Amino acid sequence: MVDTMRLTAREAKKLLVDGEVSSAELTKAYLDRIAAVEDRVHAYILVTADNAAKYSTKVDREMQAMRGPLAGLPIAVKDNMVTEGVTTTCASRILHNYMPVYTATAVRRLWDDHVVMLGKTNLDEFAMGSSTENSGFAVTRNPWDLGTVPGGSSGGSAAAVAAGEALWALGSDTGGSIRQPAALCGVVGMKPTYGLVSRYGLVAFASSLDQIGPLTRSVHDCALLLRHIVGKDPRDATSVVAPAPIELPSAERLDGLRVGIPREYLAAGIEPGVRARFEEAVALIEELGGRCVEVSLPHTEYALPAYYIIAPAEASANLARFDGVRYGYRAADADDVVTMYERTRGEGFGPEVKRRIMIGTYALSAGYYEAYYGRAQRVRTLVRRDFTDVFGEVDLVASPTSPTVAFPVGARAADPLAMYVSDVCTIPANLAGLPALSIPCGLSDGLPVGFQFVGPAFSENRVLDAAHALETALGFTATPSLGGAEAALSQSGGAEAASPTGDAASAPPEGTAS
Amino acid sequence: MIGEDDVRHVARLARLHLEQDEVGRMTGELARILAHIDKMSELDISAVPPTAHVLDVVGVTRSDRVEPGLSREEALRNAPAVVDDCFRVPKMG
Repeated sequence: MVDTMRLTAREAKKLLVDGEVSSAELTKAYLDRIAAVEDRVHAYILVTADNAAKYSTKVDREMQAMRGPLAGLPIAVKDNMVTEGVTTTCASRILHNYMPVYTATAVRRLWDDHVVMLGKTNLDEFAMGSSTENSGFAVTRNPWDLGTVPGGSSGGSAAAVAAGEALWALGSDTGGSIRQPAALCGVVGMKPTYGLVSRYGLVAFASSLDQIGPLTRSVHDCALLLRHIVGKDPRDATSVVAPAPIELPSAERLDGLRVGIPREYLAAGIEPGVRARFEEAVALIEELGGRCVEVSLPHTEYALPAYYIIAPAEASANLARFDGVRYGYRAADADDVVTMYERTRGEGFGPEVKRRIMIGTYALSAGYYEAYYGRAQRVRTLVRRDFTDVFGEVDLVASPTSPTVAFPVGARAADPLAMYVSDVCTIPANLAGLPALSIPCGLSDGLPVGFQFVGPAFSENRVLDAAHALETALGFTATPSLGGAEAALSQSGGAEAASPTGDAASAPPEGTAS
Repeated sequence: MIGEDDVRHVARLARLHLEQDEVGRMTGELARILAHIDKMSELDISAVPPTAHVLDVVGVTRSDRVEPGLSREEALRNAPAVVDDCFRVPKMG
């Protein structure tokens, strides 16, 4: 039998190769698990059950033609990557009915490898948020405690992997949107070096920060998935040829590895339980032969303000395309085109997206550009230089991924600034374009704590090797129980699925087959 | 300090309709967020160049060759309103 709570992709592939399980059986195990728990977790916006069942059967039948390292393995995809013939909503009412006519390069590469897509996972609307509470359709719950958030914005992907509703998943990370939910849900998540994975077909939030990456149950799986989505893409001019192939990690020792602990990351706001688990992991690194030293990234406290100009500024430009003309929702009965734009956007976007469009538009408006956007891009240079200097002394930087464990649903929803602070340890790697990975390093009050490694540009293999050795030594095997305060009460997971037209039938069907 | 008139002006620039209660709430929220962002002005950045790109990538070009793109039918498939193979919108104001 397939234990979807524990099975890794590496183990699943062995079961397939040994003929102990078929792709159809493997896929059905995940679809059964989704059917059993999805009404409590709300990890998916859309489950493509029929397509997954059909395609996995095809992979089994045409095994000779459809083989490869990933063939027949099921995956979940964050719903901000466009998928031809499968609705892609970005968890926004403005895209509730959008049916892409092409497929994101990262997803296309997996489809070409005969990966089976289980469905599209929930997120904060347009990936703007740190809790998945900003979804226009439902609030995803953390499988470790259904009364808490899974983190965000890739909260659906992280919760799906943690709850055994997916073998692994793709997410996207603009300021921590893969790593923070991975930390809060007790799974592995990685943001690659900027440019390593094509952004073509990733609905753009902040183009200079966005990267697609894996959410998995092990570091080995993370490397396995990453190596199949990297590569230069003519359709993304910022994509690059990786200087070296992604290797599957095997390190068990860390002899000679120099790890820097930035004192600014530990200065304030780290919960005692998170700090304790982090310090135990640091001690383990030393036992494995690594050398941990305190380092300084002096501009850390300016990274968050710079990010909250750069990301909204780019978002305000990127989201200008949602105007009711070419796709998505359009406000009814507007007499002129400008009124149509304004009402379409006013009715179609949720509160956090509106806030960021407003901040970004303000920061780019006449008279303010240099004071905000110009200044933020200069601060960004200082943040990058901090890392350049530190990587002259150490091989990797380590920190907690998130200052806290999962917080209760609703606890920070009313205070945008309190929510933004969730990403204080993850944002600098996006500003500097660096690879960063989170692995679970234990529990605090029964909730997972994430440990983050950040490396120099294109040091993915070093990051993965170190994380693999630490993961092995940590031996984190706990799994969530899907319990918690709200378990018995499970209603709709918060916000009701709704469409801007008020016609529920036209909204994406939640947790149903396509 | 950002006020309600600024918020209405920026909303017009962004082509974003805000209800009156949203304008009030947004004004308070933006003021708090911008106050946090103003922390950046503690730094002397006069000699620091802005980041244009995080990697040393310059002059990315490709050959100027026609590649297959979306058909008209595909490009129009998601449009809320279509007339004569074109996107249909309300009249200009």
